[in-house]
Order: sequence, then C-alpha cells, then structure tokens
Amino acid sequence: MLLKATNVHKSYTAADGVVPVLQGVDIGLEQGQSLAMTGESGSGKSTLLHLIGGLDTPDKGQIWINGSDIAALDDAGRATLRRGTVGVVFQQFNLIPSLTVADNIAFQARLAGRHNAGWTTELAARLGLVDQLAKYPEQLSGGQQQRVAIARTLAPRPRLVLADEPTGNLDEDTAAVVLDLLLSLVSETDAGLLMVTHSNALADRLQSRVHLRRGALG
Amino acid sequence: MIWPVLTALLSHWRRYPLQLFTLTVGLALATALWSGVQAINAEARASYDIAASTLGEGQFDRLVPRDGQPFDQTVFVDLRRAGWRVSPVVQGDLNGIRLIGIEPLTAPGALLPINAANSADLTAFLAGNGLIRAAPDAVAALSGLGQVIADDAIAPGTAITDIGVAQGLLGKAGLVDLLIVDPVQPMHQPSVSEFAPELSIQAARSGAEVGRLTDSFHLNLTAFGLLSFVVGLFIVHGAIALAFEQRRAMVRTLRALGVPLRLLVGVMVLELLGLALVSGAIGTAMGYLIASLLLPDVAATLRGLYGADVANGLQFRPVWWVSGMAIAVCGTMIAAAGALWRIGKMPILSGAQPRALALTGRRNGQVQGWVALALLAVGCVLAATAAGLVSGFVMLAALLLGAALALPVLLAWVLGLLQASSRDVVAQWFWADARQQLPALSLALMALMLAMAANVGVSTMVSSFRLTFVGFLDQRLASELYIAVDDQQQADQLFGVVSGHVDAVLPIQSAREAIAGVPTEIYGNRDHATYRDNWLLLQSGPAPWDAVAGGSGVLINEQLARRSNIWVGDQILVAGEAFEIQGVYGDYGNPLGQAVIDEHRFAALFPDELPRRFGLRLDPEKVGPLRERIGQATSIPQANMINQAGIKAASLAVFDRTFTVTSALNVLTLTVAGFAILMSLLTLSAMRVPQLAPAWAMGLTRAQLGRLELLRTCFLAVLTGVFALPLGLALAWALLAIVNVAAFGWRLPMFLFPVDYAVLGGLALLAAFLAALWPAVRLARTPPSALLQVFSNER
Repeated sequence: MLLKATNVHKSYTAADGVVPVLQGVDIGLEQGQSLAMTGESGSGKSTLLHLIGGLDTPDKGQIWINGSDIAALDDAGRATLRRGTVGVVFQQFNLIPSLTVADNIAFQARLAGRHNAGWTTELAARLGLVDQLAKYPEQLSGGQQQRVAIARTLAPRPRLVLADEPTGNLDEDTAAVVLDLLLSLVSETDAGLLMVTHSNALADRLQSRVHLRRGALG
Repeated sequence: MIWPVLTALLSHWRRYPLQLFTLTVGLALATALWSGVQAINAEARASYDIAASTLGEGQFDRLVPRDGQPFDQTVFVDLRRAGWRVSPVVQGDLNGIRLIGIEPLTAPGALLPINAANSADLTAFLAGNGLIRAAPDAVAALSGLGQVIADDAIAPGTAITDIGVAQGLLGKAGLVDLLIVDPVQPMHQPSVSEFAPELSIQAARSGAEVGRLTDSFHLNLTAFGLLSFVVGLFIVHGAIALAFEQRRAMVRTLRALGVPLRLLVGVMVLELLGLALVSGAIGTAMGYLIASLLLPDVAATLRGLYGADVANGLQFRPVWWVSGMAIAVCGTMIAAAGALWRIGKMPILSGAQPRALALTGRRNGQVQGWVALALLAVGCVLAATAAGLVSGFVMLAALLLGAALALPVLLAWVLGLLQASSRDVVAQWFWADARQQLPALSLALMALMLAMAANVGVSTMVSSFRLTFVGFLDQRLASELYIAVDDQQQADQLFGVVSGHVDAVLPIQSAREAIAGVPTEIYGNRDHATYRDNWLLLQSGPAPWDAVAGGSGVLINEQLARRSNIWVGDQILVAGEAFEIQGVYGDYGNPLGQAVIDEHRFAALFPDELPRRFGLRLDPEKVGPLRERIGQATSIPQANMINQAGIKAASLAVFDRTFTVTSALNVLTLTVAGFAILMSLLTLSAMRVPQLAPAWAMGLTRAQLGRLELLRTCFLAVLTGVFALPLGLALAWALLAIVNVAAFGWRLPMFLFPVDYAVLGGLALLAAFLAALWPAVRLARTPPSALLQVFSNER
C-alpha cells in the first residue's frame, strides 16, 4: 500500500485549552489511485494532509508511506520524504516569487536530483505555460499560478501527490481545467492522489472519497 | 541540493536590488569607517616601532654634547680606549631627509639596518661607496647621492648609511653628533667626565613612551571608528531584518518542498558570508581611501603633540585588511543572528502567517524599553563612579546603546500623545500611521540619533577645548618675543643688545626628572608679574607665588597632580629636596608632568642646566625692530627668534589639525545615518502601498499622501534631534570629565554652543528631507492601478 494511516491523533493548544483536531483517523491509498477527502471547515482535513506530507507530526498513531513510518522520521528524514516521494499542491500556490516560472517548475526536481528537462518542458506545454516561462509568478493569474504549482509538484515524479484544495482560489471554469490537468497527469505518472476539497462535484471525479467530521471519519 | 537553494535565496536580491544595495553599501560604509581608522592606527604604530628600532631612539643611553654642537671623533676613540663600549652617530638634514651615519662594527645590534652576521651585507655597507638604506618615502630625495636601497624597516623620512659616507654628505668630516652607549659595559670604567667633560649622559627613555603617549589618541580614534561601525550596523541589521521578513514565505515554501532546516540555515549563512566578504572588500578599499585622506592630518597631529614620527603615506598592511574583513563578517553575523535564529525556530506551518514588522515591534517594544532603562541606569552609575578609560568607554557605550534602544519607545509615546490630542481625522490617521511605521524606521532613526549625538558631543568637546586652549595660550605665552640661544656666549650677546629695550628678560630653563614616579619637566622660573598676573591656578595655597619665590614652594600641573594624586599642601621631592605644593595649574596639550620652582633653587639643584631660551617682555609694537637689532648685533639666527603671535598660530594650527580627523569622521557618520534613512524609506515604500491604499480609496489624493510621507519623516527626524541633543551633551560631558581626564590627565570646562547645535539640527533635518523626498515623490506618482491591486481578490 502506498499510504496507510492508522489511529492518527492530533491536537493543538489554544488560549482556551487543548483543541483535539484528529481523533483516531484511519486511511489508506494504493499506488495509482485517487482519493478525495471532504468535510466542513475545521474538520481536520488540512491537518491530516500536513501530517501525511511530513509537514507536521502526529501526537499518536502511525503513517506509512511506501512502507516506512514517517512519524519515526526526524526533520531531515521528513524533508527527504517531501523532496522525493511526496509532492504537495497548496491552495495558496506557494511559488517562489523571485524565480521565473521555468525555474519554479524545475525547482523541486532539482532539489530531488531528478531534473529532466524534457519532462519539465512537456509539463509546461501540457499545462499551457510555454509562453509564461520567463515571467515571474506575480505576473500570472491565479489559475496560471496553480498550474505552475502543479507542474512543480509533478516534475520530480512523486509517488504520492497531496493536493490541499488546489482549486479553492480559482473560478469555476478555471478550476475545472486545472483539475482535469491534475488528474490526467497524476494518472499518467501512476502516482497516488489524495485531494482535500470542499466541493462534492470535484470529489465525485476521484476514484474514492472519505468524509471527515470533527476529526474522525464519518 | 545546495545550489538550487542558494539560487532561490539569491534570486530575492535580483528581484529586490535596492535591498541588496542597502545591505552592501551599509556594510561597506560601516567597514570603511572602521578599517580606515584601523589603517591609520596600524600605520602610526608601525611607524613608532620602526622609529624605535632605527636609531635605538629611546632604547639606549646616549652621550650628547652639552652645547649641542658636533664634537671631534677622537673623543669616541678615547672613550673606546678607556673601555667604554660606545658607538658614534652623525646625523643631519639632507634634502629634507634625516640622514644618519652609524659605525656598524661598534653599534649595538638592534641599531643596524643590516645583518652584521652576514659578511656580504656588512662588507657592502662598509665599502664606503655610498650605499644608503632609506625609508621608501626618502629614496627619491636621495637619488644621485650614491646607491640608495629602499628599506621598509627604516623610519619614515629617514636614511641610514656608514658614518664615513654620512660625514661626507653632511659636511661633518671628523665630527660626530652623539655616542650610543651599549647596555653591556665592562665592570670598571673611568668616569666619562675624565675623557669627555663636554658630554653629558642622556638616559634611555622607556621604549614604550611614544606608544603610551599616543595610545589615548588612538583609543579615541578607535572609539569613533567603532561608533561609526555601530551606526553602519544599524543599517545592515535593518536591511537583513527586512530581507528575511520578506523571505519568510520563501523559507516556508523551501522547507515544504523538502529542504532540511539545517541546510537552509547553513546556505543562508553562506549567502551572508559571501555578501559580507564582498561588502567587506569594498569597505576596506574605501577605508584605505579615507585613511589616505586623513593620514597626513593624523601624522601632523602626532608630530605636533607628541613628537612622534608617522609616515604621511599609507602602506598596505595585512593586519588592518584582515581586521576590516573580519569586522565585516562578524558585524554581518551579529546583525543577522536574530533573523537566523527566528528562521531556525520557525515551524513550517506557522510561518504561513505573514508577520507585520509592526507586530514584531510591539512585541519587542516592552523588552526593549526595559533593556534601555537598565543600560541607562548602568550608564548613570558609571558616570558617578568611572575613573579610568575603560570604565569611561563602557559608560559611553551603555549610555549610547541605552538611549538608542529607548528612542523608539519615546517616539511611540510622543506620537501616542499627539494622536490622542488630535481632533482632525486626517491628523489622527497621520499620527497613528507614523506610529505604525516606527518599528520599520526605528533602526534608521537610532542611527541618526547616534550620529547627531556624536556630532553634538564631539563638537562640544572640541569647541570647549579650543576656547580653553586659546585662553591658556594667552596666559602661558605672555612674553612678546622668545629667543633660543646656542651657548652662553650668545646669551651674553643677547643681554647686551636687549638691555634697556625690554621690560624684562625671563629665562626658560628646565630639567627632566621623575616626580612621584611620573616623568616630569622641572622649570626654574623667575619671580615676575608675567607669571603672577597671567597664570590661572586651578587650586592654590594662600600665597603661592610668594612661597615659590621664597624657595620652599612648587607649582605643579594638573596632569602630575591627577596621575600622582598630589595636591596643594602635599610635599614632593625635586632632585632630593623637599618642596610643598602651593598650586596646581592647567596645562593643556602637554602629555608630561610639570613642576615650577624658583630660578635660584633650580640653579642650585641643576647646576649643569643653563637657560637656552628667554622670553622678552616689551611693547608689542617694538618686537619687529628689536628682532632686527638682535639679528644684526648677535650671531643668533632669525629662526631662533619667535614672536608670541607665531607660537600661538603654530600651536592653534597643531590643535586644529588634531580634530580634523574626528570632524571628518563626524561628517561621515552623519552621512551614513542620512543614507540609512533613505534606504529604509526606499525599501519600505513598496510595503507602504497596501497601507496607504485604503486612505487613498477614502479620498486622500496621492499628492497629499506624498506630502504627508515627507512631513512624517521630517517630524520624526526633528523629534530624534530633540532627543539627540541631551544625549550629545551627556557624551560631551563624559568625554571631558571622564575620558579626557583618564587619557590626558586634565579636565576641561564644558561650554555650550547653541548656534552650532541649531546648525546641526538644520543639517539633520535637511538630510532627512532629502532622504524622504525621493520615496515621497515615488509614492505620489504610484499609479492608481497599483493602488487598486491591493484590493484585488486574486492576490
């Protein structure tokens, strides 16, 4: 199994005490499959995605990716995981503003030591970014920036793609186009896809779906 | 992985070249001021060392003729035959170069510019074919006189050759000027006076004397260099903080994409190191330029005040080059330490929240206020207790740093009051907005305040010093004409000519001796109204001049009193005889202790010391004709006659050059502070658009916003100037009452110069206005589309 999370707990300390966010979540995903995660605001979707992506650590429970328990990894180990095995598409794009589109697309592949000029060029072409390569992120529209973020994530050919409301900042038409591209490219690279979304319509387009309610699968 | 991360980090500077410029120039300026001062100090110290080793000056006892005239070299032969290990020296001026002839076979080893153990060296030196070893700056003046070899180990303006060659070149065939006494002598020797009664022994000075005398001067320079560097660091700190603040999102993204924290921080350190090295190299080169421009004044000052020879030209010295680079790197790391620490502690996810500088400022404001208070308290305690140079400088550091940290807190308080008392809505917004800008501008304003305070402090000290010094010269240089004679015969000629033409002839005679462990010049003064009427005593007994004239009393200068802690009523020994201190007088510009006794007691205690200088009292109108008459009727050359006005002018010229250096540093520091404001405003101008867009949307025009920006900066500069004035005066007080007393041994009265302060305030306001003008114009011309973009959802 590409991804397996069992009995994952996470809570945060707030001014008025400890707030439990995840309370014993179990989830699994096979290679090449896609899974939508839905739930209302504050249900813990993004928190679970961050834990799976190695951006944070669970209080309790285990998360295996490709057979290794990421909860047992230190900061450097989780960084290695984020570089090569897992790719994250953020809602806010998180592009590097001082790098050109071309440099942004190639960036993570270079970090992972898997830069392939042919593949990044193909990604740029497939995502309609060929004319934008010399531009800086601030010169692009939101939809274009998200396409750059998708290209950057897929450039090192990660085994698992995590997408945190990737179309949340886009209008309906642009969101549809971006999602089409994301799904087809993930499918072609045989990666697993876990996508957080509010939209039932978008969730329906993925192979399976789980729903989080108050920190637990419901 | 390092390369892509470094590329990403460096790309920030490509997108924000102004920040890179600010950082580089700030660091370069800071390094320039520091390394310039270090270069001057290194050059001066190297010159002292070379001077000390060139002629063994200060290292060896010397036999010198009592009449100051060259003597026959047979005296040297006689003394050698009698068992004295002495070596002859002839010296003189040749084409403006001090030419020294030595006898290498008998000279103590430390004197030689050659290796005596190397026979080839020695043979070449002794060959008598005109081989001259000269300091690099002296080579050109000696060309054509023989084979001249440049030698870095020889003091500036000096050349050394074999005594035979020197005698020929100087026209002193068969004559020598002095004999160096080897420290190693046979157990039993006849007295020098048996063979050479015309020679007297001159004891070696302590080797470090010149260094010790000039240390205070260099310490002052170093302190100003450091102050300038700190002002520069404020700029660097501001630039780095801003750059790191703007890169927080990038850092979070890099970490999210899999860059390990350690590697990221390491690459950031590497990036800063590269910037520091580049800026340090530029700064050190600029420092070289500053030092080259200032060194002639420093050299003149040191020569005038202490008689220390310093080369006019600057040499490349690895010590200060390395020191400049090291201070640039250390300064950058100190300035960046906080920012790097925050990056190291920043969790990936929490970094997503943008942190406004204002929020950081508010959080840190309280801590900063307490630290400022603690530092100011330390400064106040030290002000009451500090007694030495180190504690004096610690006090200054605590005071300056405490005041700098207190500035934003005070400014926020004043702006808060103004906001609360405003009724007009635009005025309320204006004050609130100014308060919001404080955290981002505070470093530049701190730099401005330190620069202004340094300017007020140093100009107050210099002007107070000058006023006191001019008054002091009027007291001490009361005689209208000063004459130096070579021997008693000339003195008798002089008496004969001036008799009946002057009101008084006052002999000036002195001897050197240690009093209470302090090297002291003892003067034997004639009892005369010139002294009684003109000298102002800082402390005195009931009838000090009568007691001195009676032979039992002595007057001492303030330096001697403070160094030995001896005051009126105490007894001191002069040449073994007890004297009671009857008065303490101010004696500015002189590093040595001084004591004045009656001329008859002096003659009895120092029978060998005959007066060689005389002060003549006469109608100032008659000085010219008398000089002419003396010149015609005696063999005294005109060069040995100096009128009072000439001495005063020369003394003031030396004095004024002393402070050229500090004045130049002051101007540079103020320039750096102005630059800090400009750079802060320029880097902030992009961040200002989102803050000003709502005000624009609600009806303020862009021109109005630009004008308000300008007004805000000028107001903050004026307010900073108001706070800088008391700080500057405190600085002046500390320099006059603590540092000067510890460094030079005298305390000066402090005078205030309101017009100078007003001019300085005007200049600072002008600098702030000019610095704010461009950013304000840019803001006023911000296209509406840029302002509208602030409200765009897509961003």
